[in-house]
Amino acid sequence: MAVDVATGAASIRAPRPTASLLEQTLAVGRRSVVRTSRQRALLIFPMVFPLILFAINGSALSAATKIPKFPTDNYRDFLIAMPFIQGAMFVSITAGVDLARDIESGFMNRLAMTPLRGEALLVGQLGGALVLGVIQSIVYLLVGLATGVTLVSGVGGALVLLILSVLISFGFASLGGLLALRFGTGEAVQGIFPLLFVTLFLSSSSLPRNLIKADWFREVATYNPVSYLLESIRSLVITGWDAQALILGFGFATVLLVVSLAFSQAAMRSRLARR
Amino acid sequence: MSRFFNVARGVAWRSIHNTLVNPAILVPSIVFPLFFLIAFAGGLSRISDVPNFHYPPGYTSFQFVFVFLQSAAFGGVFTGFAVARDFDSGFARRLMLSAPRRSGIIAGYALGALMRWALTGTVVTIAAVIAGMNVYGSPAQLIGLLGLGIAMNAVAVLWACGVAMFLRTEQAGALIQMPVFILLFLAPVYVPITLLEGWIHDVARLNPVTAVLEAGRGLLAGSPVKVALAFSGLLVAGLIMGTFARLGLASAEKAG
Repeated sequence: MAVDVATGAASIRAPRPTASLLEQTLAVGRRSVVRTSRQRALLIFPMVFPLILFAINGSALSAATKIPKFPTDNYRDFLIAMPFIQGAMFVSITAGVDLARDIESGFMNRLAMTPLRGEALLVGQLGGALVLGVIQSIVYLLVGLATGVTLVSGVGGALVLLILSVLISFGFASLGGLLALRFGTGEAVQGIFPLLFVTLFLSSSSLPRNLIKADWFREVATYNPVSYLLESIRSLVITGWDAQALILGFGFATVLLVVSLAFSQAAMRSRLARR
Repeated sequence: MSRFFNVARGVAWRSIHNTLVNPAILVPSIVFPLFFLIAFAGGLSRISDVPNFHYPPGYTSFQFVFVFLQSAAFGGVFTGFAVARDFDSGFARRLMLSAPRRSGIIAGYALGALMRWALTGTVVTIAAVIAGMNVYGSPAQLIGLLGLGIAMNAVAVLWACGVAMFLRTEQAGALIQMPVFILLFLAPVYVPITLLEGWIHDVARLNPVTAVLEAGRGLLAGSPVKVALAFSGLLVAGLIMGTFARLGLASAEKAG
């Protein structure tokens, strides 16, 4: 029995009880993508802001390349990793706020009365964020190339960079989803955002770890997983194929995704408690 | 005149009260400048090893001035968010109905922004001192630096009030903060202007914030430069933004 679920701007046809997990995920995912694409005005700022910072800091910090042992003579090559991670952090907020809105509006409660599985709802809800992550990654890469960034790893490296970037975005989106499920309000999700930003500040985002002068800062950056996400993207631009950097980058992104999804699933179960 | 001050005092008190009792408002306005200080002064201190970088008090002091002035500007910006929120919630409409002198509303928000920044500025200064900031300026020169911050705060809050009162929605937030943010970062944030290259050097030369930043750094270092230019620029900006805010208030009055 099919049930029409009215969702304000968008409406979806809920999958049949016999629908597979994939079908259910795609149905929810389609709604998420449609909803995200309809919020263009809200999406521009998160996409443009990292580019503005990239443009400004790419020039303002170019003197850093004169520091002995700096790995490149073009600071933009070094900095291009930052918009990818910043953009991914913004994606986490978009994903979290969207999910929180569904909780606040009661949409999630109504879904609890359908045979939809929690896993499908969780992954599907992040569909919009995934699409946003893909678009952002392509835009950042193109802007980087247009402003003189050269990828030592070539076309293959660009492809790996996009895959890694999308994985990171999906990982952060899952984290946003987890926060939404735990706290249940968009305001709380947005309140966490500064903390995410702090992890970016306290990483090797502006200088390589070996060139950070303050010992405590270098220690913090070394223990901060965001450093390894940045360095994996950066390695494809500056170094070429650095297996260790890529393993660490893909590894931390996967851990973020898996852990966030695992905790989210438990949180989703309680949100969808069918009483 | 007493009616003006009564309105200003009431609005200022409410603004400060709301800030102090709401951690979601208070914490970001303190934490953000602190992390800028940590990230810039801690993470980028190697920048001071760049050839021809010369700032005797050191990189922490160099960055402190930027963060200090930035926190002043953002004290005004965050107050603008509150103004927009007041319009969105309908409170501002009731406020305008009850205020005998409406220009006192702007003054009240400006006073609130100043008090708010007093807290943030103090925290940032203490953090910088703990982090090893060197101060070579005399007490009079440090008062000059404080004056730059107060003026910066006033200009920013007048801008923010103007935008918030023209648009009367919380969605004005991005428009309030982005120009301020961009102007600040188009100044010589990380290195002196002489070490900037390319388009950012040309833009920084034309950016009025550059003179304020250089004056602040000069005062902290005990070798003042461009102080008169900085204060004159801020005075002109204050007059323009004051007019803008007053026009915004008139627009809000007209909208009812």
